[in-house]
Amino acid sequence: MSKVKITKGTKYVVGVDAIESILTSLKEQNYKTIGPTIRDEVIIYDELDNISELPIGITDVHESGSYRLIERADKALFGYNVGPFSFKKYLFPPRLTILKTKRVDGKISIIRKDEHLDKLAFFGVKPCELQAILIQDKIFIDGEYVDNYYKKQRDALFIVTTNCTEAGSSCFCTSTDSGPEAKSGFDLAITEMIIDNDHSFLIEAGSKSGLKVLKELDIKKASADLINIEIQKLDSAKNNMGRKLNTTNLKDLLLENLNHPHWEDIAKRCTSCGNCTMVCPTCFCSNIEDVTSLDGVENERVRSWDSCFSMEYSYIHGGAVRASIKSRYRQWMTHKLASWQEQFDTLGCVGCGRCIVWCQVGIDITKETQTIQKQVTAQAEQLAEVEN
Amino acid sequence: MTLLSNNKQIETQITTSAFIPEMFVINRIRKETEDTFTIELAVEDGTTSFDFKPGQFNMLYVHGCGEVPISISGSPDRPDKLVHTIRMVGDVTRAIRRLKVGDMLGVRGPYGSYWPIDKSEGKDIVIVAGGIGLAPVRPIVYHILNNREKYKRISILYGTRTPSDIIYQKELESLRGRFDVDLYVTVDRADQKWMGNVGVVTTLIKNSNFDPTNTTAFLCGPEIMMRYTAVALQQQELAPENIFVSLERNMKCGVGLCGHCQYTGKIICKDGPVFNYDLVKDLINKREI
Repeated sequence: MSKVKITKGTKYVVGVDAIESILTSLKEQNYKTIGPTIRDEVIIYDELDNISELPIGITDVHESGSYRLIERADKALFGYNVGPFSFKKYLFPPRLTILKTKRVDGKISIIRKDEHLDKLAFFGVKPCELQAILIQDKIFIDGEYVDNYYKKQRDALFIVTTNCTEAGSSCFCTSTDSGPEAKSGFDLAITEMIIDNDHSFLIEAGSKSGLKVLKELDIKKASADLINIEIQKLDSAKNNMGRKLNTTNLKDLLLENLNHPHWEDIAKRCTSCGNCTMVCPTCFCSNIEDVTSLDGVENERVRSWDSCFSMEYSYIHGGAVRASIKSRYRQWMTHKLASWQEQFDTLGCVGCGRCIVWCQVGIDITKETQTIQKQVTAQAEQLAEVEN
Repeated sequence: MTLLSNNKQIETQITTSAFIPEMFVINRIRKETEDTFTIELAVEDGTTSFDFKPGQFNMLYVHGCGEVPISISGSPDRPDKLVHTIRMVGDVTRAIRRLKVGDMLGVRGPYGSYWPIDKSEGKDIVIVAGGIGLAPVRPIVYHILNNREKYKRISILYGTRTPSDIIYQKELESLRGRFDVDLYVTVDRADQKWMGNVGVVTTLIKNSNFDPTNTTAFLCGPEIMMRYTAVALQQQELAPENIFVSLERNMKCGVGLCGHCQYTGKIICKDGPVFNYDLVKDLINKREI
């Protein structure tokens, strides 16, 4: 137990062993702890028993359509950016039975039964991932109709954020205002500090539950020098983003250019595989299917992730509304960057770069946007010249 | 984010209440045309009434098959019976057709926006429908006829592919006999017995007598039909703000959670299906939105 007076929003310093203690403390509070670990040569999120399962001394190298793990020079616990999975699957599961019914003698009734869900703690949530959760809150909790599963998991959720001191080559969270430092929405926020041979962590609590965990640790207040170094590290991440997205006036620009010829150009490369929607931490579209027992008595309505890149997605009588790949890519990108703003008053993109990395043909949302922006600006300038 | 308790598990019903259908019993099934039919539903115990506004829709659920969004086509002044007219176009609509009187059907709703008929009192009303598009505007007709003195001239313009595709035949015939409603019907392709108009529904607009400075128009049918009808009405000096359309997209949930019915920034199941034409006129002219 620490003798320092511990308050919310103050930065403290701890050693590597404290990270293990946080994990243990969360387990003692009966949380199922989910965090990064290596599987099949990628960093994924899964249940963590101890910190030796973290991707220690490993980082990920990204490019359009490429992802590789390499060894770091140090033993950083959180020295990577983002893998193919986000935490989305825990709050909005890829498959979930949302209703059970049965039909006996022609009478159909709803089967109501309480389910038992694990209380979750997310460990090592990058700021862009945290922003994605806050965006999904708006969809599943803040609207007129609330998704019960999401809300129950979310209410009990404990979030340990890890700020990014290194930006990846497909990252652009400064453009989407979602990193490299988490501003709110976490229970604990950690910045990993490796200075020469000294390995420590700056830590702050963002909630009462976070404070409770913090109080159990052996901590001391961070020195002004150390906080300055943290600022420098975060600034360096800010200045080294591999990608950039100019979001000024982006909503109007895209929605006013739904017939821009560049959509055709993207469609020539896009295979409409839907990878971008599967790796995106904010994509929330779902399908609902009936799964019936062989005797036809019991039935489950199963909700599963869906993708606006499939033909079935827009199917109405007579055929798919979005039959061309052009219209499906346009739907996805304009939704992320433009219409999402009308629907939920926020961008639908957090700048994690997953859609760039996991696109099998390397389509880059930031570059495609830039192309449209440049062409529209050039056209407007030409027009202005003619008018003058 | 707050710690609820130290219990390991959250005990809860997973089902979102919005996803639980209410079970209705089919009281009547009437064949309209070869591929359309009308069903009348009532709550099992007959105690509850179903209130809705003209233009709203329900998600209809067939056990073990699936759900479809269908506009309500009965009278808003008869909450004791719920009426839907359905065209058989997919698995679920065909499964509904196979049900019999006394069978159960799940209902969620009513959902979505509605035709602004209250705000249209004291005005001329023009209703233009194409094919099965007559079903979602039928509640307007019921409401107006029940409150006839509140509205001025009423024109109903209806177009179908062939004479045998005309739904609500008897009701249309009785409307034809009224002096306080102008009904015009046209078909794309006539048969030998057809004595009426031939051509697309926009050709009927010249017949309809309305004051463009004091009229509301309600349009429902295929998107291309509504597009050309809106253009034709504007040629008659009707302002786009006075035109309303009902749009349709794939829907899985009906409550704005599944994403399927997006129409750029609009989510048709909650912002629509009824839209002021002025707000969607730029989109309706674009393909594959």
